[in-house]
Amino acid sequence: MNKRNEVLLQGNEACAMGALAAGMRFFAGYPITPSTEIAEYLSTELPKLNGTFIQMEDEISSMGAIIGASLAGVKSMTATSGPGFSLMQENIGFASMAEVPCVVVNVMRGGPSTGMPTRPSQGDVMQSRWGTHGDHPIIVLCPKSVLECYTLTIRAFNLAEKYRTPVIVLIDGIIGHMWENIEIPPPFEVIDRAKPTVPPEWYHPYEILSGGEITPLIPFGQGYRYHVTGMVHDRSGFPTLVHDEVEQCLKSITNKIKNNLHDIIDIEEYLLEDADICVVAYGSVARSAREAVNQAREEGMKAGMLRPITMWPFPRFHLENIAGRVKTFVVPEMNLGQVYGEVLKSCPNKAVRVTRIDGELVTPDQIFSKMQEVLS
Amino acid sequence: MMHTTEAIYKYLRPDKKFPHVWCPGCGIGIVMGALVRAIEKTDLTKDEIVLVSGIGCSGRMSTYLDFNTLHTTHGRALTFATGIKLANPKLRVITVMGDGDATAIGGNHLIHACRRNIDITSIIINNNIYGMTGGQYSPTTPMARKASTAQYGSIENPFDICKLVEACGASFIARGTTFHAKMLDAMMLRALNHKGFSVVEAMAQCPVQYGRRNKLGTPMEMMQWFKDNSVSYPAFNKIPPDEVGDQFPVGVLVNREDTEYTDRYREIVKKAGGDVP
Repeated sequence: MNKRNEVLLQGNEACAMGALAAGMRFFAGYPITPSTEIAEYLSTELPKLNGTFIQMEDEISSMGAIIGASLAGVKSMTATSGPGFSLMQENIGFASMAEVPCVVVNVMRGGPSTGMPTRPSQGDVMQSRWGTHGDHPIIVLCPKSVLECYTLTIRAFNLAEKYRTPVIVLIDGIIGHMWENIEIPPPFEVIDRAKPTVPPEWYHPYEILSGGEITPLIPFGQGYRYHVTGMVHDRSGFPTLVHDEVEQCLKSITNKIKNNLHDIIDIEEYLLEDADICVVAYGSVARSAREAVNQAREEGMKAGMLRPITMWPFPRFHLENIAGRVKTFVVPEMNLGQVYGEVLKSCPNKAVRVTRIDGELVTPDQIFSKMQEVLS
Repeated sequence: MMHTTEAIYKYLRPDKKFPHVWCPGCGIGIVMGALVRAIEKTDLTKDEIVLVSGIGCSGRMSTYLDFNTLHTTHGRALTFATGIKLANPKLRVITVMGDGDATAIGGNHLIHACRRNIDITSIIINNNIYGMTGGQYSPTTPMARKASTAQYGSIENPFDICKLVEACGASFIARGTTFHAKMLDAMMLRALNHKGFSVVEAMAQCPVQYGRRNKLGTPMEMMQWFKDNSVSYPAFNKIPPDEVGDQFPVGVLVNREDTEYTDRYREIVKKAGGDVP
């Protein structure tokens, strides 16, 4: 580290460091490319901080272990890649249903199946949203740089604790393995789990408080004995099939996210004020997109970019706001059009895609050519 | 011995959680009784105990008992339990799983929990069948027995749960049956007092999904079968192999000392220079 606090870091490493800065003290994982550096780094660093690292027998158990650790009161995380992420889905659903805060990092690789283990992709955008069964909300954050791997991982923990929910950090393989010189930001706000103010006999872990406040989750072993289940449950956590209680259980997990979109959704806008063509890009491709926008501006085109930093909930209102002003959205992605489909949903007939699935980054030229094509 | 009513109010959640889901004649309640009586004999408080269950008939036990309770996904009880124990080694973690839960979908987690020798007490209730889903064959359904998915009789070799966990390194292993309720209490107490991964296989009758289909008679007759065919562990080893037949050993099969996982992890923390509390 030099005088300016700059340090050369890999995206995966920055993500692990961010987790530690957020107070994460329990990591369970299973090795998978291109996410392994996160586990390797944490296996060295966590014991120094009296934290726990365990390499589990698979991704299913890793996800189970981090939920268990979180219920015991420790901020917990796992990291994986596409196929491992698929295995985690059932327990991610459990964490959503049982409202257990935890963070899952998915460093995306090419798929489907074993796909291209050593090549990047952005193929898990929809898996991160809809990978598990049933209706539930999810928060997904998408860093575009090594610095953001650090900052967004901290944010992921904050959102997880604040909203009692699993949060996914969706990194594409390029960002995860990219090295950049970054200045580690000074310590910023870390949200820790709130404590209940009521005595044990009054405590209902799934009570919906007035003003949409979320009941704090008290760790096991502190005198507040309660039941946690993946079944539809009443406010005290016990299984129920009473219609009103079922609806309240399922709606409350969705509403706590839906009613706080302003707090959760974060976007980056670039040169959008007067733009009549807007590139929607995220992760590594956003860097190409920015370059393409600059190139277009040099050629006199009024181009801009919108980058979803929060991928889910999708920043639909932001798109709709811009939709009135721009002629077209260009959506470049390292998949066959997962976010493109989402843009179309918000702005029918107003989007074109630039896809690439050969394991290479979408180049600025490809995006620029598409913009020229659309405007000609 | 605590009066039954007293025990119900102390350990069960009598308000709203009953009636339970178990069928008349089911053996799981006997196992739950044994567990409660064993816990009563320890000096553990209810707050120190975390009961983690899987999915299935036995998985519902976590709903009824007044500890910190966690009803997990099918087969994954031990994974959640591992996270809890590692995050707070002071907690006494007990898992309750059925035979299908523990040895089919959860088989991988079971063998690795044994291998790690993590300090968790694992009660595996073996009724030789998938009860809740309607009587499909499980990894412990005996050869030739019928199930809703084995209408012509099972053609799979069943697991011997105790032998399986022994081979994987569990440091305390015992087997009991619902006929031997008091012995089950005693084995559970020893398991709870054991430092390391302990397994108690509790053989339980499923008169509705297993017994009826295989013409095994009433719940009492199924328990009588446990009595007639169980042999204490040392005596069982003296039976010539060709005379074993249906007989099976009960009692404590393995009880050995081995370094426990969270203790080993503390050593890692020391090596890395962390603060060991």
